[in-house]
Amino acid sequence: MNEVALEAKGLVKTYKRVRAVQDVSIVLRRGRVTALVGESGSGKSTVAKLLARLVEPTSGEILLDGEKVRRVREYRRKVQMVFQDPFASLNPVHTIRYHLTRPLKIHKRPETVEQLLERVNLPADFASRYPYELSGGQRQRVAIARALAAHPEVLLADEPVSMLDVSIRLGVLNLLLDLKERLKLAVLYITHDIASARYFADETFVMYGGQIVEGGDSETVTQRPAHPYTQLLIESAPDPERSVIALDAPPEETGEVSAGCRFAPRCPKVQSRCWTDAPPRTEIDSSGHWAACWLYVEAV
Amino acid sequence: MNFKTKLGLGVLAFFTLIAVIGEWIAPYDPSAMGDDLLSPPSGAHWFGTTMTGQDIFSQVLVGTRGVMVVGLVCGVLATFLSILVGVTAGFLGGAADEALSMLSNVFLVIPALPLIIIVASMLPSADTVLIAAVISLTAWAWGARVLRAQTMSLRRRDFVEAARASGERTWRIIVFEVLPNLTAVIASGFVGTVIFAVMLQITLSFVGVVSLSTWNWGTILFWAQSNQALGQGAWWWFVPAGLCIALLGTALALINFGIDEYANPRLRKVRA
Amino acid sequence: MTFLLRRALFYLVTLWAAITMNFLLPRLLPGDPVQAMITKLGGRLNSDAMASLYVLFGLDEQKSIWAQYVDYWAALLRGDLGLSFTFFPTPVADVLSQSLPWTLGLVGVTTVIAFLLGTLLGVYAGWRRGSWLDSLIPVTTFLSSIPYFWLGLIAISVFSVTWPLLPASGGYAAGLVPEFSGEFIGSVLEHAVLPGVTIVVSSVAGWILGMRNMMVTVTAEDYVLVAKAKGLSQRRIMFAYAARNAVLPSISGFALSLGFIVGGALLVEMVFSYPGLGYVLFQGIGAKDYPLMQGVFLVITLAVLVANLLADIGYLLLDPRTRREG
Repeated sequence: MNEVALEAKGLVKTYKRVRAVQDVSIVLRRGRVTALVGESGSGKSTVAKLLARLVEPTSGEILLDGEKVRRVREYRRKVQMVFQDPFASLNPVHTIRYHLTRPLKIHKRPETVEQLLERVNLPADFASRYPYELSGGQRQRVAIARALAAHPEVLLADEPVSMLDVSIRLGVLNLLLDLKERLKLAVLYITHDIASARYFADETFVMYGGQIVEGGDSETVTQRPAHPYTQLLIESAPDPERSVIALDAPPEETGEVSAGCRFAPRCPKVQSRCWTDAPPRTEIDSSGHWAACWLYVEAV
Repeated sequence: MNFKTKLGLGVLAFFTLIAVIGEWIAPYDPSAMGDDLLSPPSGAHWFGTTMTGQDIFSQVLVGTRGVMVVGLVCGVLATFLSILVGVTAGFLGGAADEALSMLSNVFLVIPALPLIIIVASMLPSADTVLIAAVISLTAWAWGARVLRAQTMSLRRRDFVEAARASGERTWRIIVFEVLPNLTAVIASGFVGTVIFAVMLQITLSFVGVVSLSTWNWGTILFWAQSNQALGQGAWWWFVPAGLCIALLGTALALINFGIDEYANPRLRKVRA
Repeated sequence: MTFLLRRALFYLVTLWAAITMNFLLPRLLPGDPVQAMITKLGGRLNSDAMASLYVLFGLDEQKSIWAQYVDYWAALLRGDLGLSFTFFPTPVADVLSQSLPWTLGLVGVTTVIAFLLGTLLGVYAGWRRGSWLDSLIPVTTFLSSIPYFWLGLIAISVFSVTWPLLPASGGYAAGLVPEFSGEFIGSVLEHAVLPGVTIVVSSVAGWILGMRNMMVTVTAEDYVLVAKAKGLSQRRIMFAYAARNAVLPSISGFALSLGFIVGGALLVEMVFSYPGLGYVLFQGIGAKDYPLMQGVFLVITLAVLVANLLADIGYLLLDPRTRREG
């Protein structure tokens, strides 16, 4: 039953001279959570915006149920997004009712605002409130309800809990898991917290410098990371309460096009060829675990 | 709402009332000539009389309407133009923004007064509404500039992106997501435009380029000046109209401070 | 450098727009006031003068609008602005070159004084928020709500009519010949006091208020807090940290409100019969002297644009960010 809902092939996004996203391919399946892990500046949020079609890719294509969707509105009925900051993603001048009514109207859905609120475990009388009367967690539930209003197949969640208090993160994540099961949603979970990916996602991709450097099922990627970058990520964030801080910020120059591996300047296991040739995607084992690193090319 | 804002609103309400009922409560026909020539304020003529014995109090009362109408018409027209240009430029960005910003900056930099004087004096019949329209054409640029800057900062906010992601159309995002967040800026721009328009209209009347057949505070000053009221010591001829202008201007400015303080909490008075 | 180049380019576009407006206005608006004036003056116009008025006001309808536009530019570049009807038969360019120095002197000096004074008062009012200086705000608001020309009238009434302390009109005493002598310069200064003070009083409030609000905003910034924490002297924080950053918007505001201020100053000249462009414009209005009025508009626009460019240079010197980007 895990059929492909959304497939992105070879996405590239270039801003002026900087390549924010470089050849990213990703598959989202119904009823499954796919995590995209990376630091700030890795391009993971740009991937979310590309998949939400808020940003046009420089090249590459996005297939929804195997087809290219030309009309943006039709696409948005099936692909919805939850933003990182629930304090910014709700318009301060509108009530919760307005926020939820609009997508219902746009996509001609029969549900009521109260049903949507109930779905995200909020009381019905929240409809008449304004965003500033709600806590961060409540707002994020509203944002999720708004995304669900269109009755989508795909939900793109861009760091949905990173702005929330640690104590309520689990509640929101569990809500997403529950909705995924009930509505057979394909969920893209974007995060900088690789530990939460293990808990939450079936599959995990690790992004660095605009490229996906490692992928596989979450358990494998987090327990037996292959790419030196993933290894660093996991070492530096041993528990879910801590975010990635031990790594140096990537040097400015890596944003520019370089011939070799983008992680080479920071890699503890760097070899001479890393500077000149981009590493190919290499299978680590038969479970579908792969990495883009020269360390594993020899082994095969 | 603080005292200053209330005071401003009160004075504005007073002048609005006069604008409506001024014609009926005026004790004399403002244009009718009388026998008391150039007499100082008295019980019969509260603000004194002109060279030809016209009652200045009645002129001020009747003239209020012209002032307020021009202020209102200009405020509405120019605010509409500034929203159209400023919000469009700020929201669309890119080449459209460059072109529209340049247009509003050109209108800001060109000295409006001599330009309007030329236009007004070339028009065969410069009546109140036409003058209001001409003033509006030069008065929108400041508001457009402020609105553009505000819109640009709103455009990249997540709630705008979120509205797009839920499938809202661009015009709906501009009108229903962005504009309501600009209310304070638009209101303060409106009040600012009204001040500008009132001053300009009075100035044009004083200079004598607009039709003198309808009364406003500026025409009173025009007649005072052209009849050498100053040299004859007839201070009552030009003091009341000038004070009314200053009062109305102050009231509008106070209202604007209120709006500014509401929008920018840092400007609120420190409380001990 | 790109910053200044971009600004200069913008001013050129603005100048072009002003000139083109000047070209189009008499052609778009109904009526032919200039034709009427020419008819009235009859044979007193020589053929050259007639020809240039035809070019400037589009009376020659045989020609295409484009050809008229080219001729118009050619006339402008020759410095030919037509003949003034008011000061017949003096060319407009001559009238303007006589009155421009008066306006530049009066308006230039008073605007700079008002800006400096207002900024300084605004710095204090914003720094000591809630002090007695703050209570001046409503007073200055009231002053700035008074039309320039009315304040001028009051000034004349009080200081020339009631107490004849200062002259009410003109640029220098009648009977004096413009020359470089102590007597003449003294007379010029004496005549400049009332119009000058009028302009300063009515324009200073805007600067006070703008600067005060910027100071209040800037005072809450982290770098000011840090400066306070470092124990720097109040004076130093106020000027070197807060005011220096707060003044930048004030300067860009200066550039943009210049057109407005100059408009007000022209009115003051009208009231005081000061021999500058404003008074010339006033005389032109009475006589429906379109060549003169349009000439005044062009010269004022040019002056405002040059002043804007100077303000930009000032901004550049104060704001290192624009310098580096350049």
